[in-house]
Amino acid sequence: MSGSRTDMLKTARAEPLWPRPPLWVSALGATALALLIAYPFIFTTSFSQHLMILILLYALMAQSWNVVAGLSGQISLGQAIFFGIGAYSSTVLFAKYGVTPWAGLMVGMLLSALAAVVIGVPTLRLRGHYFAIATLLIGSSVQIVFQRWDWVGAASGLYVPIERASPWFYLQFHTSKVPYYYLALGAAAGGYLAVWKLRRSRLGFRLQALRDEPDAAASLGIAIARHKVLAFMISAAMMSVAGTFYAQYVLVLDPERLFSAEISIIVLLMTVLGGSGTLWGPALGAAILVPLSEYSRIWFGGTGRTIDLILYGILILLVCMWRPSGILSLLEERIRRRAGVP
Amino acid sequence: MTPLLDVRGLTKRYGGLTANADIVFDVNEGEIVGIIGPNGAGKSTLFDLITGFQPPSAGRVLLDGHDITGLRPDRISRLGVARTFQKLKPFLDLTVTENVIVGALARTSDIKTARDRALESLAFVNLLEKRNHFGRELSTGQRKRLELARGLAMSPRLILMDEVTGGVDQRSIAGLIALVLELKQRGLTIVMIEHNMQVIMRLADRILALHAGRPIAFGAPEQVRSEPAVVDAYLGTVDDAA
Amino acid sequence: MSRELILQAVISGLLMGLIYALVAVGLTLIFGLMEIVNFAHGEFLMLAMFTAFWFWALAGLDPVLSLPFVVIILALAGILAHFGIIRRLLKAPMLAQVCGTFGLGVTLRAGAQFLWTPDFRTVANPLTAGRVQIGPIFIGQPQLITGGICLLSFAALWWFVTRTETGLGLQATSQDRQAAAVMGIPTERMFALGWGIGLGCVGIAGTMLSTFYYIFPEVGTNFALLAFVAVALGGFGSIAGSLLAGVLIGLVESLGGLLLDPSYKTLIVFVLYLAVVIFRPHGLFGRF
Repeated sequence: MSGSRTDMLKTARAEPLWPRPPLWVSALGATALALLIAYPFIFTTSFSQHLMILILLYALMAQSWNVVAGLSGQISLGQAIFFGIGAYSSTVLFAKYGVTPWAGLMVGMLLSALAAVVIGVPTLRLRGHYFAIATLLIGSSVQIVFQRWDWVGAASGLYVPIERASPWFYLQFHTSKVPYYYLALGAAAGGYLAVWKLRRSRLGFRLQALRDEPDAAASLGIAIARHKVLAFMISAAMMSVAGTFYAQYVLVLDPERLFSAEISIIVLLMTVLGGSGTLWGPALGAAILVPLSEYSRIWFGGTGRTIDLILYGILILLVCMWRPSGILSLLEERIRRRAGVP
Repeated sequence: MTPLLDVRGLTKRYGGLTANADIVFDVNEGEIVGIIGPNGAGKSTLFDLITGFQPPSAGRVLLDGHDITGLRPDRISRLGVARTFQKLKPFLDLTVTENVIVGALARTSDIKTARDRALESLAFVNLLEKRNHFGRELSTGQRKRLELARGLAMSPRLILMDEVTGGVDQRSIAGLIALVLELKQRGLTIVMIEHNMQVIMRLADRILALHAGRPIAFGAPEQVRSEPAVVDAYLGTVDDAA
Repeated sequence: MSRELILQAVISGLLMGLIYALVAVGLTLIFGLMEIVNFAHGEFLMLAMFTAFWFWALAGLDPVLSLPFVVIILALAGILAHFGIIRRLLKAPMLAQVCGTFGLGVTLRAGAQFLWTPDFRTVANPLTAGRVQIGPIFIGQPQLITGGICLLSFAALWWFVTRTETGLGLQATSQDRQAAAVMGIPTERMFALGWGIGLGCVGIAGTMLSTFYYIFPEVGTNFALLAFVAVALGGFGSIAGSLLAGVLIGLVESLGGLLLDPSYKTLIVFVLYLAVVIFRPHGLFGRF
């Protein structure tokens, strides 16, 4: 090998394994983190805390879609399925058998992962559009099933039995939203940490390869079907956590809302807006769309529910037309290109 | 000695169309076998059959004596078989280094080790200076080298190259020839589909000639070149870039 | 289960299936041309229904009479959609295409809800009102006429695509875009035409639907779902496939609702979809 090539190799080897973000990004991140931790003490009204709880919750849910679609390329339009399974699992176990929602959380994740396997194995072998349509159909079917299943309350849904004692055991807080806030923060932080590690792992690389070129990925030793299902399982588990949390937060389960296509759509919109495939894209999307939704409801009253959807739709359309990779993709790309420049 | 790759009577039919018919050849370890044939002769289909991307209608493929016919492509590649594609498939949204890391991850689960291996592979194909560019930013020639680097990072025993010189300018061909010879020296077994006769005559130990899906000659380069059936098939289409 | 009931279900399933087919053919045309699945297709159907409704409510024009106007409006909307939106999406990765048309659908649906409230509307006393009796079976006249118009539309479409030069150009572009372009067939115009015709068909279906179906912002969603299944079943890009598949789905839905629980209709369709795409990925006649 020529001398200049060996030199280049030495330089390349010395570069940090993971690209370092520029200083301003790290500083921004640290500030944001500090703010998030101190948030409930800075913003003390019930509404502002509720708003942030929703943002954190949706940030987690959007990240779940990011794992299966942004990272692995499988466009799921039925994530609400796992949201509902999470909510129902913990609630049924608690309402009927007195099991603490913490255990219910675990069971929900397990059941959702199982559902992902059952759904995924026959459908993930389908090409992109076919799979997307299949998830739409399954989502609709699951909603119908739960609306007719008497054991879980059919169309009337379920109530989470109120317990005012031992709030941390029963995961219900009636005097303040602050514990809910930190639970949401913890859940979101856990989810994002998991995805951060995923992207730096062999599995993460393989999922992205599978997303970009499945044939090439197969020729490099990656079992395509298995990895698709794995990604689906991980995203299902994340969605399930959000579902259990939501059940404990609102204390009422309505199958029409829980399994609604709207949830499946919104997590997609948020991630595409913020940057599909990036780490923080889903969070950014949630941070933009949740306040948009809540405030339009306030300003426009009853019709607010549709105005925010109109805005969502237009935003997504614009993003897909002009910058399909989302807002943060440009930034992340720049960071990945930098090699060891401090 | 058992050949590393043994192809016995591979056939592929699509309804009424026969893409490959009764293909028989073998590749000894450390050998370079070239596959030539006019367009539509079924060369890339043959690669698909060998590497599991399509199931054969008949015939068997043995890798080092083991039957790998009909196995899934990822299983076959894990057995040490790498390939490049005629229609290039770089991972567009990954950087060049990340692209090759995916290949290296077939042998290790540690990213640091994979990265070192990837960089070596990139140095070998002379693509280091583009290492932090995204796959989608590469030219055709660079994408070809990327695919090669990616496959090599798997530390394969056998590599199937589909038209490595296609679309590459004259000056770079000499470099490619040197590269392939270097690989052979390192003990890699190579099967290459080639249109460029100059290249294949220079590199191949043996050549398989296909025409309309059928094998029409298999043997030493000079022998195959002067085979009447081969001359017939190539009449007017010999790409003898001198 | 009386024979009359079954026959009734078969006929109404057939008629409904013809509507599904007409909606599906628009989808399949668009996909065959440019490999984009129009996830806003159901919303365009809803818009067609509302357009017919407003022609009736504001101008007193019966849907049968406003049919040509609605078709023109929808066709124009399709061409506009192509030049304004879809053309840009063509260059984007599949994820963006799916999300883009999805976003369009969301906007249209929410927009309709905002402008016209979620209330259910109907066209009262349409010209086609009435019942037709064939033996022991009663068929709503609107449904029967709708079925007839759908069939006519298919015939017209088939004639256009196989007997006219433009139509053949559409086929050519659908089969091999580059080859067609090399032969002088203007790709852009073919795409726009595809959208125009596709949504024109939706215009017909929507107008006729308004004579007997409830009209509300969410009405398109279910039709879209069934249309997707029809396209997958019939084969992406195949007109004949859409017709057959649409009718098949109408039959399955109707008979399934009769023999099993009517509320499980979507489940039955879903099982049908899965079965088709797993065991026969290309559908009945598709190339993809």
